[in-house]
Amino acid sequence: MGTLTEEILTNKLGREVHSGDIIITDVDYVMSHDTTTPLIINALDALNKGPWNPDKAVVVFDHIVPAPSIKAAMLQKKVKSFVNQSNISNFYQEGVCHQIMVEKHFALPGAVIVGADSHSCTHGAVGAFSTGMGSTDVAVAYATGKTWLKVPETIQLLTEGKFAEGVYPKDLILEMVRRVGADGATYRALEYTGETAQNMSVEERMTLTSMAVEMGAKAGMVQADKITMEYTGGQGNPIHPVNPKYQQTLEFQAEDIVPKIAAPHRVDNVHDIDQFTDLNVDQVFLGTCTNGRLSDLEVAAKILKGQKIHPETRMVVVPASQSVLKEAYLRGYIDIFTEAGAVVPNPGCGPCIGRHQGVLAPEEVALTTMNRNFQGRMGSPEAEIYLGSPATIAYSAIKGKIADPREVQV
Amino acid sequence: MTNVWVFGDDVNTDEIIPGRYNVTTDEQELAQHAFYEVCPEFSEQAQTGDIIVAGKNFGCGSSREHAPIAIKGSKVKAVIARSYARIFYRNAINIGLPILEVPDLINVTSDDIIEVSFDTGEVTVNGRKYHASRLPPFIRRIIESGGIVEFLRNHDISELENAP
Repeated sequence: MGTLTEEILTNKLGREVHSGDIIITDVDYVMSHDTTTPLIINALDALNKGPWNPDKAVVVFDHIVPAPSIKAAMLQKKVKSFVNQSNISNFYQEGVCHQIMVEKHFALPGAVIVGADSHSCTHGAVGAFSTGMGSTDVAVAYATGKTWLKVPETIQLLTEGKFAEGVYPKDLILEMVRRVGADGATYRALEYTGETAQNMSVEERMTLTSMAVEMGAKAGMVQADKITMEYTGGQGNPIHPVNPKYQQTLEFQAEDIVPKIAAPHRVDNVHDIDQFTDLNVDQVFLGTCTNGRLSDLEVAAKILKGQKIHPETRMVVVPASQSVLKEAYLRGYIDIFTEAGAVVPNPGCGPCIGRHQGVLAPEEVALTTMNRNFQGRMGSPEAEIYLGSPATIAYSAIKGKIADPREVQV
Repeated sequence: MTNVWVFGDDVNTDEIIPGRYNVTTDEQELAQHAFYEVCPEFSEQAQTGDIIVAGKNFGCGSSREHAPIAIKGSKVKAVIARSYARIFYRNAINIGLPILEVPDLINVTSDDIIEVSFDTGEVTVNGRKYHASRLPPFIRRIIESGGIVEFLRNHDISELENAP
């Protein structure tokens, strides 16, 4: 009897666990990327151990690929050598690690996953318990196949209703972050429940779960259902909550949500879009583990079809994975973006961490589908980052300023 | 002389060390860029034995362990915050960065005289005493070992579950 987190961990341990318990649990997968793996290698060397099971490790190059500097190249060379020596066959350089984890079905309903990246909570979209940790913690999981956890209490985010035209899951999650606050869910798990979340595709659910950490949460999850099991091809154990006791329940009515913007330099600094319309933007960016999937590109392509980006604005589109990119080609979205004047670099994290593919100058303004608008994240600390939905950024790219996508006639 | 470096609420890991400086695992090199953009004086002037004081949710954001490593490399004696973000907290414990959580600590300035005792968890600010949150026994075992890697050299991970 318990929340989704308690039920998954109870199933994993084979005994009933409750929030507050300190447990050692087996993990189904460990995941790390080009930036966090070097410190994992150092910790494994200090432990004199390799991966407990190379087939249960997933290493993804996504943060800065291909390497834009000699230093980055040297670290990636070190990681590649570790991957080869450790016989890790799950090695990818074809998209954002969280997209790879879900798309290639490493993340499955009922699984327990630790990732050396804070947005590892994204994998909860398929009903897994997945949490982000630092490199040393993940090195321990690499070495032993286990991790320690304090079983978290859960906040239920209960959604009802349908979105109005021009409103998307990103607007809902920004409103959730505003209400919960940047540390309102620290040490807790989030369960996104109710009609609106249940009607979302797995892709859309990933937009909600990826931003759980922006509220401080350990995990963000949507209970696996028919939509999930269709996505995984029947793989995984669709564990569900049983008479859960939530620490708190917050209700959200989809009809009441309007397009939202998170203003600098805090993710919980969220306001209705009308407070920012007419603010000039130098760069718009569509992509990331939060909003770089096919459905996100589709929304933007519909708005940009036959249109040109404003001459004072540049647009960067980074598909979340090669498979997203391939499908976007087939559907003509990439043609639409390039004809509109956008650049489409290779899949990965893109400019989200300010290292390449769209670094900001002082006083530049960016409007992006990222999950964070922290000062200096995309380059100069004197630049400003605003967050919005794929529809908002696509329409704003045409106008050259923040613009309300509800005005679009498609 | 001990410097007291005061930061506000919700200091994120991009502020502690911007992502573009994470192209090394070297502690000293990372320390050169600690708080590089939000408080450039820190990387230039911080010295052994200094103290960092912050508000709530210190270290929120990325899982990058480069953040606590950069602070550790700056040789501060203690980081004291009203609360920590979850991943940063685990990272700090794991690598042996000396941190204390003091929920009722407010209005500290860089002119204050601060004394810290990790043995008793007592923090004294201009003579006024505060108490750090008590750590669970298994966390204390990790700290006493000098971090999780040192702990696992001599123990099995299962010993954490039933730490006395």
